[in-house]
Amino acid sequence: MGPRRLELTLDHCVSYPASNSTKLCVSGVNKTFRRDGKSVHVLEDIDLTVREGEFVCILGPSGCGKSTLLNIVGGFTTATSGRVEIDGEPVRGPDPRRIFVFQERGVFPWLTVEGNISFGLFKLPKHERERRVSHYVHMVGLKGFEQSYPHELSGGMKQRLEVARALAVNPDMLFLDEPFGALDSITRLLMRGELLRIWQAERKTILFVTHDIDESVQLADRVVVMSARPATIRTIIDIDIPHPRELSSRRYLELRDGLLDEIGLAHKV
Amino acid sequence: MKPWERIALPVAAGAVIVAIWIAAVHVSGTTVFPLPQRVLAGTQELAGKGVLGSYVRDSLMRVGAGYLLALVAGIPLGIALGWYPLAARSFNPLIQMLRPISPLAWIPISIVLFGVGDEAAVFLIFLASFFPIVTQTMNGVKEVPEMFRLAGLNFGLSAAQLFRRVLFPAALPQIVMGLRIALGIAWLVVVAAEMIAVDSGLGYLIIDARNAGKRYDLVVAGMLMIGLIGLALDTAIRRLETLRALRWGFRHE
Repeated sequence: MGPRRLELTLDHCVSYPASNSTKLCVSGVNKTFRRDGKSVHVLEDIDLTVREGEFVCILGPSGCGKSTLLNIVGGFTTATSGRVEIDGEPVRGPDPRRIFVFQERGVFPWLTVEGNISFGLFKLPKHERERRVSHYVHMVGLKGFEQSYPHELSGGMKQRLEVARALAVNPDMLFLDEPFGALDSITRLLMRGELLRIWQAERKTILFVTHDIDESVQLADRVVVMSARPATIRTIIDIDIPHPRELSSRRYLELRDGLLDEIGLAHKV
Repeated sequence: MKPWERIALPVAAGAVIVAIWIAAVHVSGTTVFPLPQRVLAGTQELAGKGVLGSYVRDSLMRVGAGYLLALVAGIPLGIALGWYPLAARSFNPLIQMLRPISPLAWIPISIVLFGVGDEAAVFLIFLASFFPIVTQTMNGVKEVPEMFRLAGLNFGLSAAQLFRRVLFPAALPQIVMGLRIALGIAWLVVVAAEMIAVDSGLGYLIIDARNAGKRYDLVVAGMLMIGLIGLALDTAIRRLETLRALRWGFRHE
């Protein structure tokens, strides 16, 4: 019986008993890829709990494995070992209750704005589909573009379209993998504001992968800082600034500098 | 480009070529090669006898039949090869080996298989169209970005839905490209096939006009008809590429 008890105490999801508000629990997750006959250890002993309605950023250097973690949580890949539970149930694959948002290239170019937003609504009756499409077209500011195709839209509009397509199926979680990475810096800043506005209106649980320190401090309730490969969680920082966040406030700069230190970057260019 | 230039420029270029043609006939003093007015008269003569219309129709029917067969066989096969990597690895080398063989090299075999007649010509058209359609369809399906597939799965699509709603539309521009390439080749090949295997059609007209009395005015008339119809076919199929739901795949960014 001894070893079994030991296993239980090491299980993150159990040793921190799931309260009602626990949405996601990742416990002891490892991931090893086989590439060209060699095994690459990408994720090492990842433990993470995310509460219902929380906005969590996963911050780390490019190629550290943070996207792999998101893919495991999203059900697109499986962990080599460890457990991933959402609402107390193990993740077994992709699920319409949790939608993955890619960079803006994820929208379907053969469908109009309307067609994209209603893509996941095929099980709903027509009037409900139309109601949701018009609601989210409005919410992401694409009114008047319902019949446009993605190649007729700007990068920022495509990204908002993809967020609308995700929200339309009313998921309770959103996974965003560097969603604004391909946008110019001005559009990116605007999109963060839009995302926060939508998050405050809809209260989804959001897991947001980024390598941008400022982005994480602007958006997240908590920032999970990951190390280079094999990725481990170095630390988790609470961002205790209420929204809307003042980007030149002392606390903002303190937290940002703390993250710079944590990642091991100098404060100079 | 202004709309009137779209018409005026090619017409002017055509006029220059015709002028050079006329000058060349006069300067060389040839008695074999016809002047444009003779070609026009020859075309009218053929049209008057009802031969032109029936030959054009025969050629188009052969192309239509062979092309349609290639489409019906080629698109499903291309999709299967694109979808199952193992199938592609098994069959693709064979397909890529057969593809560069000119359909004309198949003429003896097609005559052995089908005799001298329409079937042999249709078979050649089929072969000519089949390979580009299969290859383009296969590549189109294979190159569908992983992201689209994952997004489809994420929204809870079944395998059949994923195919119908994601893979097929994503591959469609490539498939249409294959259809266009195939149609051009099919039209090239029908003329060659008609020179050997049948006794009607525009290809036959050219060979027959030469053999039966060196009527080079009719030879050139046949050539020009082939060119014009080829242009019309290409223009028609290009319209597919401008459909809004397909245009994304043809933009050159």
